[in-house]
Amino acid sequence: MSGEEFVPLSLTPLLIGIFAAIACALPGNFLLLRRQALIGDAISHVVLPGIVVAFLATGMIAAWPMMLGAAGAAVVAVILIEAIRRLGKIEPGAAMGVVFTAMFAGGVLLLEQSDTSSVHLDVEHALFGNLESLIWLDAIGWSSLWDIKALRGLPVELPRIAIALVGVSLFTIVFWRPLKLSTFDEGFAQTLGIRTNLLGLALVITAAIAAVAAFDAVGSIIVIAMFICPPAAARLMTNRLEHQIGWSVVFAIISAVLGYVLAGYGPLWLGAQNAVSAAGMIATVSGLILTLTAFFGPCRTRIGAPVEG
Amino acid sequence: MLELASKQGISTGNDGPENSPLTIRGLTVSYGQKPAVFSVDMTVQTGAMTAIIGPNGAGKSTLLKAALGIVKPLSGQVQVFGKPLAAQRHRVAYVPQRASIDWDFPTRVIDVVLMGLYRELGLLRRVQARHRQLAGDCLDRVGMREFGDRQIGQLSGGQQQRVFLARALAQEADLYLLDEPFAGVDAATEKAIIEVLKSLREAGKTVVVVHHDLATIAEYFDNVFLINTRKVAEGTVAEAFSADNLQATYGGRLATSQVDQLARNIS
Repeated sequence: MSGEEFVPLSLTPLLIGIFAAIACALPGNFLLLRRQALIGDAISHVVLPGIVVAFLATGMIAAWPMMLGAAGAAVVAVILIEAIRRLGKIEPGAAMGVVFTAMFAGGVLLLEQSDTSSVHLDVEHALFGNLESLIWLDAIGWSSLWDIKALRGLPVELPRIAIALVGVSLFTIVFWRPLKLSTFDEGFAQTLGIRTNLLGLALVITAAIAAVAAFDAVGSIIVIAMFICPPAAARLMTNRLEHQIGWSVVFAIISAVLGYVLAGYGPLWLGAQNAVSAAGMIATVSGLILTLTAFFGPCRTRIGAPVEG
Repeated sequence: MLELASKQGISTGNDGPENSPLTIRGLTVSYGQKPAVFSVDMTVQTGAMTAIIGPNGAGKSTLLKAALGIVKPLSGQVQVFGKPLAAQRHRVAYVPQRASIDWDFPTRVIDVVLMGLYRELGLLRRVQARHRQLAGDCLDRVGMREFGDRQIGQLSGGQQQRVFLARALAQEADLYLLDEPFAGVDAATEKAIIEVLKSLREAGKTVVVVHHDLATIAEYFDNVFLINTRKVAEGTVAEAFSADNLQATYGGRLATSQVDQLARNIS
């Protein structure tokens, strides 16, 4: 494919897909090890009512109100999960399940009842996002990357997910040691003066930022898949957290690129007419990678069970 | 104060409660309605090995966790070397219960020991050769030097316990608090651990151990602290580890013949 065709039509969706996948996979590594992987699922579901409420309040699809609505909903969900967990004395997974299902259902109802037909806001969009439509019409080829005027026409989702990715990466790098320590041995971490509750909350908020920024561009399917599949597959490749993070980034990139290409051209190769959803295909590829590592990954035997003696 | 201390069988010297390694006053901790630890006072003697003993669910681990600030007490005060814990964290090392950890966590033995250097390394300082050297030396002291590159899940229970002890050694603290370090370990590990703890005592460090094996109290420890939600007794093994105190701590759970046997072992 020539640059004239690739840059305007495929470069930006690809980059957005890659950035979203990495931004979700990075905190996903820690959430997975903390048995909190479902929190990505929860966040990506609960942002729907937040976005609908923001739309109803402002009457338009604008970036900031929707981001705020999504963030607000995520905070409400985290508080609700904690409250249900403590008051009901039940395990966190059950509390998450109750909260995100209820809030997502509420969001769907709100969406159905409100007049959103005039704008591009519907359940399908919420699930699959709109990756293919995030094209860069101002670009005429690779030279546009140096053209300030053309760069202004970049889809706004790209800088937004890029900033989210930078934020998530910085959080992971700066708080690497306390994150690893408190994930491994929370009590010991506390005796060192690490405020593990605060750090756990910061991790969830970071995950929420990644989820909201990614949801905006690529829908909740990718968000859910990327929080879990690349980190889980990476865990089966290595017994060192440092390497696991690296593998998870590699798997996230492969999922995004391969998924995007397969969605665009796969059906054509098979003789079908239309392309399929890129978001759906990216999530599928990440699931296939996890399946492959589950069968062939070098570190797939659980060895943690203590052996006496 | 001196009078009180001598009544409790604690050697005083210039070691009153105000600069004892660990002083607990009126500590009450509750997880629900029923308190796990109720109004407990404790004064740990410098340079001694103290065992905390009591039946299951008596609040032994909770007492240790409250002393370390891991669980928040309802009331009471904890002082470490005469100051609040927050100012003295660098002087306290902790070995949690081995069973409280997910040993499937993707990390190596040497990385676990290096965690003991967190206060020195902070967020971003690089691990240097001297840090690795120190971590290696600590592994050596527990007989685990050659296991540095192993994934922690590949260790036996006893080896895991020794790695945790090595991490505590890397903290280079003055007060060592260990939660059931001898639970489910092999005889060789038990011997290795007790040797390390004795060497710490010889170096003037203070060691407090939550312990469950009454048969080894007299052999391993200088002092005992008997607890069953409330404090039953505290003092030297010779004074406090008596048949009456054991009966008061364990109640019917310890047959009278056992109690007598244990008490005879000491005298």
